[in-house]
Amino acid sequence: MMEHISGFSLPNSGHNRDAEASKMGMWLFLFTELLLFGGLFIVYMVYRTLNPESFLLASFELDVALGTFNTVVLLVSSMTIAMSITAIQLGDTKKSILLLCTTLLLALVFLVVKYFEWSAKIHHGLFPGLDVYKNLPPGESLFFFLYFFMTGLHALHIIIGGIIIAVVIYRTKKGLVNKDKYTLTENAGLYWHLVDMIWIYLFPLFYLIH
Amino acid sequence: MTSSALNLNYLQAKKGIFSWIFSVDHKRIGLLYLYSLITFFLVGATLGILMRLELLNPGKDLFEAQTYNQIFTMHGVIMIFLFIIPSIPAVFGNFFLPIMLGTDDVSFPRLNLLSWWIYVIGAIMAISTLMFGDGPADTGWTFYAPYSVKTGTNVTMAVLAAFVLGFSSILTGLNFIVTIHRLRTPGMTFLKMPLFAWALYATSWIQLLATPIIGITLLMIAAERVLGVGLFDPSIGGDPILYQHLFWIYSHPAVYIMALPAFGIISEVLPTFSNRTIFGYKAIAFSSLAIAFVGYFVWGHHMFTSGMSGTARIIYSILTFMVAIPTAIKVFNWVATLYKGSIDVQPPLLYALGFIFQFMIGGLSGVVLGALAADIHLHDTYFVVGHFHYVMFGGTGFAFFGALHYWYPKIWGRMYNKLVANIAFFILFIGFNLLYFPMMILGLMGMPRRYYDYLPEFHLPNMISTFGSWVMAIGLLLMLGNLIAGFRRKREKIGRNPWGTGITLEWQTLSPPPVANFDRMPVLPKDGPYDYDHKPEIKE
Repeated sequence: MMEHISGFSLPNSGHNRDAEASKMGMWLFLFTELLLFGGLFIVYMVYRTLNPESFLLASFELDVALGTFNTVVLLVSSMTIAMSITAIQLGDTKKSILLLCTTLLLALVFLVVKYFEWSAKIHHGLFPGLDVYKNLPPGESLFFFLYFFMTGLHALHIIIGGIIIAVVIYRTKKGLVNKDKYTLTENAGLYWHLVDMIWIYLFPLFYLIH
Repeated sequence: MTSSALNLNYLQAKKGIFSWIFSVDHKRIGLLYLYSLITFFLVGATLGILMRLELLNPGKDLFEAQTYNQIFTMHGVIMIFLFIIPSIPAVFGNFFLPIMLGTDDVSFPRLNLLSWWIYVIGAIMAISTLMFGDGPADTGWTFYAPYSVKTGTNVTMAVLAAFVLGFSSILTGLNFIVTIHRLRTPGMTFLKMPLFAWALYATSWIQLLATPIIGITLLMIAAERVLGVGLFDPSIGGDPILYQHLFWIYSHPAVYIMALPAFGIISEVLPTFSNRTIFGYKAIAFSSLAIAFVGYFVWGHHMFTSGMSGTARIIYSILTFMVAIPTAIKVFNWVATLYKGSIDVQPPLLYALGFIFQFMIGGLSGVVLGALAADIHLHDTYFVVGHFHYVMFGGTGFAFFGALHYWYPKIWGRMYNKLVANIAFFILFIGFNLLYFPMMILGLMGMPRRYYDYLPEFHLPNMISTFGSWVMAIGLLLMLGNLIAGFRRKREKIGRNPWGTGITLEWQTLSPPPVANFDRMPVLPKDGPYDYDHKPEIKE
């Protein structure tokens, strides 16, 4: 703060730059994200147990090949962001930016694939409110609702993650993120890994369990 | 800077509304919360008094049954989400946690401001249901499905408001945990932290780990209403019991979000006015964590009558009894702190004693409700309403007002009229018990909660209760009026330690504190925060 009485200032200030604190804050935030999706996983589990056949039937509608492709895309993007953190730690700003841009590109690829998957479903009338959806047995309609809700929430996280990565790129270019000050890149990486990890659970739950 | 500019406190440092609503100073943010919370408290209390007025006589007195349903829902939503969940952490936690830890702010000051803004947005969303859409929700604050999915009232906006308010709560909790880990003054280990900080620490973990569940559940209610899918509506394949589980997974721990900070306040007030160390420091500190932990696994006791296996009910019942143990440990320690203390009866102590008395009634009636057989009779009766208000208002509410009287001279550098404060306390105390004790009796007699009309044999207790609500309203107005009048009193010389016996770090700085909280390095007592044998001398 600006005004210090008789020039006294405390050694432990909340306005100091504290990389440890930032990372701790990020981890705590990730816990809340886990619990947010955790609630949805409980709902999924309960309804899968109540309607095993319908969930099985409905899951055949999803395209395993596209899901697998997207899983690989996200895993690679997690790798590239981890590499960009190492690059900035070693002081290689250019490489760090290049790797961040790759991550951003992969995020975009994921979203494009997701878009085609969703629009195919909507085209088949499987979105809540459409004709086909209305006539589905309750178990199947629950499956598709949870599919749209959970992958939609996940896609929202991808978009937010993308925005964060774009900010990191901008700040790295400006020199605000550098060899001595790279907490922002690390936190973006932590967030991105979480988004990736949630997909690792969503993918088998919707596409693979037969 | 001139010498006068150097001596500015946080209230004088900057002027103008923008220097407040965009301030990152934790003290100013604490006060922003205080003023918003008191406003909503008064709105909620007015709604409560209107409900009591309607229940004065059987049959219709003032408004239609539908309006009554909307009023008790609004009363619950405002009091729970806008007042008591943020209450002590957002106001006194924000203001005093950094000072008690001997630092100048929380770890993330800007995030702190953001959380207040999110609170304001959530509050506006909740209040907007009064004016826009098809009228405020009439579901009760629990938003139980399938009614909340089917009712024509504006439930969607109400649940979205609760979702947004949850974010504010999460960010405050996150900020406090990091602050406690990173910003304690040199020499202050975890076991030398004031007990208020311990209570906030336990609370923050619950805020962090429980709130997301209600967030996602309420989003599902909104999605179900908008998209018409059968998540919780059994007529289209949903499971309403699942909603109840998800709701209480958050909302039971949430009552500890409301209660634990109050325990922290009592643990601060009692040593100060007994002029002796707290009895059982570690027991109080760790029982907070135990309550936070066990409190996570007892949510099923809200659902004993809504369809659960016998085994599950017995387990939830046993766990509920177990939460009573760490809570009782605290009460015994507080009473033992008073023993052989040199007691100075001041308004904050009266509130603390009122808290212990009322919280015991509330807590023990909670154990009654946790017993399976008794709950079958008492579930959804006025006994539950009485129990809840004894714990939340008689407990947390009184602790909140106690804290307001305790830290008032530190926050504003003035003192209120103590005699009026004492009188207001007794009116409030009598009014409170007149209002809520008859509810316990009504519950035992079998009057269901949330009913608009009742049988003639319930008339007398209802009349006493409504009369109590008037007494309590007088007490509240007198208390708040006295505190507001205190602002206008001529500024007397308020020292650093106006109670004389305060020992935690906030009593070592000026009243009101300077912008950076301390004008010199705070000194820790030798053996822990309440070591009255080695109390550091405080020079003015």
